Amino acid sequence: MGLVDLLKKIEPDKKKSPFLHTLYDGFFTFAYAPNTVTKGGVHMRDGMDLKRLMVHVVLAMQLCYLFGTYNIGHQHFVASGQYMGFIEGFHLKLVHGLIQMLPIFVVTHIVGLGIEFWFAAKKGHAIEEGFLVSGALIPLIMPPDIPLWILAVAVAFAVIIGKEAFGGTGMNIWNVALLARVFVFFAYPTTIAGDEVWVSGYNTLAEGTQASYTFAHGLFNSLFEFMDIATFQEASTHIVDGYSGATPLALAYQGGWENVTDTFSTSQMFWGTIPGSIGESCKPLIIGGALFLVITKVASWRIMLSMLIGGIIMTLLLNAWGATPFMEVPVHGQIFMGSFLFAMAFMATDPVTASGTNTGKWIYGFMIGMIGMLVRVLNPAYPEGWMLAILFMNTFAPLIDHYVLEANMSKRMKHA
Amino acid sequence: MGDLLNIFIKSAFIENLALSYFLGMCSYLAVSKTVKTAFGLGLAVIFVLGITMPINWVINSVLLSESGIFSTDLTFLRLILFIAVIASMVQLVEMIVEKFSPSLYNSLGIFLPLITVNCAILGGSLFMVSKEYNFSESVAFGLGGGFGWFLAIIAIAAIREKIKYSQVPPALRGLGMAFMLTGLMGLAFMSLMGIDPAAF
Repeated sequence: MGLVDLLKKIEPDKKKSPFLHTLYDGFFTFAYAPNTVTKGGVHMRDGMDLKRLMVHVVLAMQLCYLFGTYNIGHQHFVASGQYMGFIEGFHLKLVHGLIQMLPIFVVTHIVGLGIEFWFAAKKGHAIEEGFLVSGALIPLIMPPDIPLWILAVAVAFAVIIGKEAFGGTGMNIWNVALLARVFVFFAYPTTIAGDEVWVSGYNTLAEGTQASYTFAHGLFNSLFEFMDIATFQEASTHIVDGYSGATPLALAYQGGWENVTDTFSTSQMFWGTIPGSIGESCKPLIIGGALFLVITKVASWRIMLSMLIGGIIMTLLLNAWGATPFMEVPVHGQIFMGSFLFAMAFMATDPVTASGTNTGKWIYGFMIGMIGMLVRVLNPAYPEGWMLAILFMNTFAPLIDHYVLEANMSKRMKHA
Repeated sequence: MGDLLNIFIKSAFIENLALSYFLGMCSYLAVSKTVKTAFGLGLAVIFVLGITMPINWVINSVLLSESGIFSTDLTFLRLILFIAVIASMVQLVEMIVEKFSPSLYNSLGIFLPLITVNCAILGGSLFMVSKEYNFSESVAFGLGGGFGWFLAIIAIAAIREKIKYSQVPPALRGLGMAFMLTGLMGLAFMSLMGIDPAAF
């Protein structure tokens, strides 16, 4: 008996227990393409449904996940002056990263999917796939030490207000993952801004005491002792003198590009061994993910390209202006710092919230590039601009589409 | 000139009358069902704000202030005079719109004369007094504020046209959704808040 038969056997009755059926249906279609087809008339029949489209995006982010998890551990140990080399203390860094990352991932999904399931059952619909991508994106754009209850509240806000109120997947106006982050940003600013939050365990390290590790660390310590390899050392772990935890952007704001390159080399910024949001740091993996999305035609290359062009033009304009040291940061510096590429590859290209027309996509991407760079450099209140620039342009995306369509109509009316 | 540009940008984007002060909400919510009417009302608001702001500035500094022609402090008359100016300007706009675009006049309906009590207009004039702008600054502030309000209303109108096809829960359809949209738009507009153009 195959898995299909087993699944068919336990299918709950749709009328008697709608909630169970919705749950069942969600997992069944995750594993198998449903074999019910549309009857009568001409319809598109394609295996590339919404669920498979979204799985492409999730796949494109997997390497960012792996690197981000490891980098949490790496930054933690660099801050305390141990295992400075990237692969030294590999098992400790990986385990520390996992202990930080897994709860974030699990809480995001329990809250987000729970709400999604509840709404689906309430509406009597099949479970919508939308949270697959949002749920994969949210952990990547959070700082490593985000308190889990804040994360849960933010995810609930984004899913209920940002998506379910609009009618669910494919109907939201603003990017759900970014709404979760912007909620944390404005409601609990101390957990997501400043120099202290980007390095895991910084606050416990910085108070002059040694690191305090969790129960999970203790369990792994006994395993490591058994295997006779290095363990987490509470007693000797404290912050290195002069280590501030500042990200390249914070350094650039204080003293321009020289100030950044004093602390981080360009190759460090390129390969991503710098503090920052969990998934944003490693540029080659992000570029790889972006290429994967472009090749599989899931994301729009027009938005990516125009956003890059917009960002570069704005950087050149600011270079020409040059009133503060931050404005003089060269183009490659602005691209390697912060989350420019991450926002370009995974955030701006969200097909639901971006403009739908091709001309609209050029305008949309270009404006995100311009505004994001402007906010990053000019706004002292915000360390990074892309989240807000993308939400800002999400607001105007329907308007851009409206006028692109209108212009097209009047052009064709003239020809007729 | 740079100063005037700063004031224009600041009042249009950073201190948006609709989305950061939440002024002018009644017509903002009521006339934003389609982009076409929102566009018309937005233009009317730009016009009224751009005209009334300098006139009110003249009234405030020449007639009402202590250094004015009566050399007495008549600022207790400020509200009623401002409203009178605004009301007459709105009448002017109404006549212009009726003459040149009767279809827009019909679709705007009662909300065109109600610009008189649109708090964005009076609020703008009162902001101008409290910020102690001079004449040219008040023109820039009026046009900028009007432009920001115009942008906000056409953006929400486009969104509302789009979500007409969404399965919004029945309880939220219409105004409920419009309130939530306004709040989320305010969140998005916070991107520019805190930038001080004069600091560079």
